[in-house]
Amino acid sequence: MGYFLQQLINGLALGMIYGLIAIGYTMVYGIVGMINFAHGEIFMIGAFISIITFLVLGLVGVGWVPLALLIVLVATMLLTSVYGWALERVAYRPLRGSPRLAALITAIGMSIFLQNYVQLLQGARNKPLQPVITGGARFLEGGDFTVTLSYLQMLIILVTIGLMVGFTMLINRTALGRAQRACQQDLGMAALVGIDVDRTISLTFVMGASLASVAGLMFLLNYGVIDFYIGFLAGVKAFTAAVLGGIGSVPGAMLGGLLIGLIEAFWSAYFTVEYKDVAAFAILVLVLIFRPTGLLGKPEVEKV
Amino acid sequence: MSPPQPALLTVEHLTMRFGGLVAIDDVSFEAPRAKITAIIGPNGAGKTTVFNCLTGFYKPTAGRLALRHPQRGECLLERMEGHAIPATAGVARTFQNIRLFPGMSVLENLLIAQHNVLMRASGYTIGALLGLGRYAAAEQRAIKRARYWLDRVGLVDRADWNAGNLPYGDQRRLEIVRAMCIEPVLLCLDEPAAGLNPRESAELNALLSFIRDEHKVTLLLIEHDMSVVMEISDHVVVLDYGRKIADGTPDAIRNDPAVIRAYLGEPEEEARP
Repeated sequence: MGYFLQQLINGLALGMIYGLIAIGYTMVYGIVGMINFAHGEIFMIGAFISIITFLVLGLVGVGWVPLALLIVLVATMLLTSVYGWALERVAYRPLRGSPRLAALITAIGMSIFLQNYVQLLQGARNKPLQPVITGGARFLEGGDFTVTLSYLQMLIILVTIGLMVGFTMLINRTALGRAQRACQQDLGMAALVGIDVDRTISLTFVMGASLASVAGLMFLLNYGVIDFYIGFLAGVKAFTAAVLGGIGSVPGAMLGGLLIGLIEAFWSAYFTVEYKDVAAFAILVLVLIFRPTGLLGKPEVEKV
Repeated sequence: MSPPQPALLTVEHLTMRFGGLVAIDDVSFEAPRAKITAIIGPNGAGKTTVFNCLTGFYKPTAGRLALRHPQRGECLLERMEGHAIPATAGVARTFQNIRLFPGMSVLENLLIAQHNVLMRASGYTIGALLGLGRYAAAEQRAIKRARYWLDRVGLVDRADWNAGNLPYGDQRRLEIVRAMCIEPVLLCLDEPAAGLNPRESAELNALLSFIRDEHKVTLLLIEHDMSVVMEISDHVVVLDYGRKIADGTPDAIRNDPAVIRAYLGEPEEEARP
């Protein structure tokens, strides 16, 4: 029982990170109909900006952890957004309206480019960060297994829930969110009611990138070590999460992320750790075969 | 009599070529302010192409599309970006095959048309997230305007319906009032009466006259239904094979030999067995 509970907590925290990245995939797909395979790299860049900001803060002597975390959070969201914006502006906007394959290949190209860019600037070695947040709450002490909910996991869960609530409000309640939903349905018509489609798409990339950067920060805090290659696996898993939840659906991406996180945690706990990635990707295959629209996705109706 | 006002829209020497195909060949006409101008002509005459040039879907090969906006001065539509044509020049349009946002509610379809006003009021979204009062007030005004138009077309009860689930005639009317929520000075309607029964057609005439008379909006209308054209339009432009063949009041057009020839063919050809 204690062991199960512990895996549930671990899985949730991990799933939240995947969910944050998956939102970026699903939103971009919803509006421009392309899979932004460079999104995993944006997540990786967010993690790098976080570690650099931590080191700078350490040099300057900002020692109070909550303040340092806040500064890092804001810095990584802002700077990573610039990367997301530039990615769209430089690589994708000129290709809008060209065949999907061209956009897909460009996305893969940008992914390789960003990986090498970070490798060149930061080196290929692992970058460790000493634990920033330590300790946690313990439950079921004295039983056969002591469950620990670390303060870090609490932080991940709380920040993610906060961001998702804010983000859902943005999509459903604000003029910008309404414009995004309109663009998702009919780009041409959205322009005809006066929506600046280019700006709406740019803002979508900016939002996706800032959420991914938070995921990058959480990943860094959680694992304590990053390298230029982390974006690949995390990106592909988040993509799996987006497909599992139903690509194009924001609540689906959150749900898919949680499920992938839980599957991974339980698989590693009860079966073999080595095969946890296989488990996650087997899910992708099964979903694509039996329910291609995902859990919350709507079947695409052919327009006549 | 007051001196004649300059026309709201002046189209001069509009030409649109697609490769070797000349869809519109040197067409000039004017749309007088707060009047209904109908563009008619046989299929393939280039009517919808004129609309596509006006609303930024196509960049014309040649020609000048000048719109004299009462507040913002002269706008040259052929030089404007797609979304600036509705947002800055105040040109709205509807489609032959209806293009609502089917997955959004009826009310949201009308709110989305007021996007730019709301976006400014929301402090570009940041204010809206913080729940500032200014955005809430702007949203209330937008809902009020939407309600006014829903009242006009009798759709208030269905404001929460998905737009895609409305009956066909209601979708047509919703598309027209959505265009009105942009607060346009020029409203381009592409076959608004297509697929409507006679009663719905009459309601449509009443709605269009109301928009012209009460809101002083200039209407440009592509229509095949002659009962609509002859009854409500003030001015008719006839196109055939991309050229303008006639231009005048409905009565003058009805008796124009060139128009009769275009619609019914040459009399001597018809006499042959």
